[in-house]
Amino acid sequence: MTSRGGEDRSKRSAGIVPYGLLSPGILWLLLFFLVPLVTLGRTSLSVKASRFDPNDIRLTWELSNYTNAIGDYSEQFLRSFAYAGIATVACILIGYPIAYVIAFRGGRYRNVLLGLVVIPFFTSFLIRTLAWVNVLSDKGPVVSAIEYLQFSGLLESLGIMSDGRLLSTHTAVVGGLTYNFLPFMILPIYVSLEKIDLGLADAAKDLYNNGWQAFRKVVLPLSLPGLFAGSLLTFIPASGDFVNAKFLGGPRNTMIGSVIQDRFLVQGDLPTAAALSFMLMIIMTIGTLIYARMLGTDDLI
Amino acid sequence: MSTGSQPPETALGRAGRWGLTAFAAAGFVYLFLPIAVIVVYSFNKPRGKFNIIWQEFTLDNWKSPFAPGPLTDAMVLSLKVAAISAVVATILGTLMALALVRYRFRGGVLIGLLLVLPITTPEIVMGSSLATLFISRGVQRGFVTILIAHVLFCTSFVALTVKARIRGFDWNLEDAAMDLGASPWRTFSRVTLPLITPGILAAGLLSFALSIDDFIITFFNSGSEETFPLRIFGASRTQISPQINVLSTVVLLGSITLMLVGVVFRRRTDGH
Repeated sequence: MTSRGGEDRSKRSAGIVPYGLLSPGILWLLLFFLVPLVTLGRTSLSVKASRFDPNDIRLTWELSNYTNAIGDYSEQFLRSFAYAGIATVACILIGYPIAYVIAFRGGRYRNVLLGLVVIPFFTSFLIRTLAWVNVLSDKGPVVSAIEYLQFSGLLESLGIMSDGRLLSTHTAVVGGLTYNFLPFMILPIYVSLEKIDLGLADAAKDLYNNGWQAFRKVVLPLSLPGLFAGSLLTFIPASGDFVNAKFLGGPRNTMIGSVIQDRFLVQGDLPTAAALSFMLMIIMTIGTLIYARMLGTDDLI
Repeated sequence: MSTGSQPPETALGRAGRWGLTAFAAAGFVYLFLPIAVIVVYSFNKPRGKFNIIWQEFTLDNWKSPFAPGPLTDAMVLSLKVAAISAVVATILGTLMALALVRYRFRGGVLIGLLLVLPITTPEIVMGSSLATLFISRGVQRGFVTILIAHVLFCTSFVALTVKARIRGFDWNLEDAAMDLGASPWRTFSRVTLPLITPGILAAGLLSFALSIDDFIITFFNSGSEETFPLRIFGASRTQISPQINVLSTVVLLGSITLMLVGVVFRRRTDGH
């Protein structure tokens, strides 16, 4: 609060200057973000006017685009949110300990360790995903190891493998999503952990005489903003992704992104694609607001 | 639970501590596993068109990493798009950040919301809505539409990054320079710019990285142009050549070098 006041006092009111600085960026965002969303909304309520030209559409307030889309693709919607949700939880379980160790045990190697988190993501997103195809392929190292250890029966009954394969399973898609969005979880958590005074963490340990209690009562609450930002930065892109489903999944693991992509770019069915896109955005926005309320954080970034 | 009077560390506590560190180490192995695969498979001699199964070691793939062909063309296009959109987005975003941090004006909350929305919108929604706009206006999709899309998603990241970096600077230095008789332009170039440069550079690099790796939004707005990620996507259906692995290894090494240069640069600027 106090810093806010200090910041405000140092700000000046200078008539039109701030608007001048803002206008090019605002113009860009209005023209290429908000206007397209309006067009998307219009398209989602239109019908194709011509069977031959997919780009010729007419606004008829066609609400059936939405009811049809929900009827036809609710399965893909639910699957996307389930995959993205599991991947987000997995990212927290893997990412939080990594961020914690870097922040509290990293010492002078903190920046090197952070660099190591980021370096794998200097390769292209698609190439990383293709590399997982190598790793998980039928004759690849993981499947061979599982066969050698004779775990395949167990993993099949758990639903992790299917027909002796890891590729084209839920596991592979969720695993790919988890891997690809992991740094978006680690970095925000690290940033919020880094701000915690080490003395405070020590005092908590003395107070509770138990590392776990100290973590739960002091460190974890202070890292909630990072956890919040990380979950959003993981869940949102994961739920709209179709690359992992395409490379690592099979026809039974398609996500809502796969459907939108197929409807839009392959079938040229813009109204249905627009209705699906629009619903995805609405669900995300409402979900984000509820989540922000729940965790009590207003700052997104 | 522990009854001892302030023991330095219980056995359970020590086990937990070691367990945690071991877990983090395993996490790093996980992070680098696919990277190792990419690098190792750049030395593979695949039988058939897909570089998926290990056959035998060869250096052939490395003889000409930039052999002319669609893959190299796509890489050049990606570098061009990333460079231009990073510059444009950095200018737009920095101006916005300066306005938000320095000035008091109406509508700041709305503008903050407008900046966050592109980050919390799934890429597929941004890509498809922009493409819908271009189609409905009869705009041919290609190089320019790719640039428009990339500048769009980079600008938000730049504005928020620069804003976070320059918050809490001592702007009185500007007044001091003006009081000493410096012109506004001289004040900007000698006082303001050096203060905000590290933040701007970081934001520019982030933009470059985001742009060069973008797939989904580009996929919707590229027309017949093919950026590097698009080329890989297209190739993945028919042929995955080891040249993909070679090029990504080169990019990886290049980025690590850039990062090290950045570290050295920051050490030097911190030094004086």
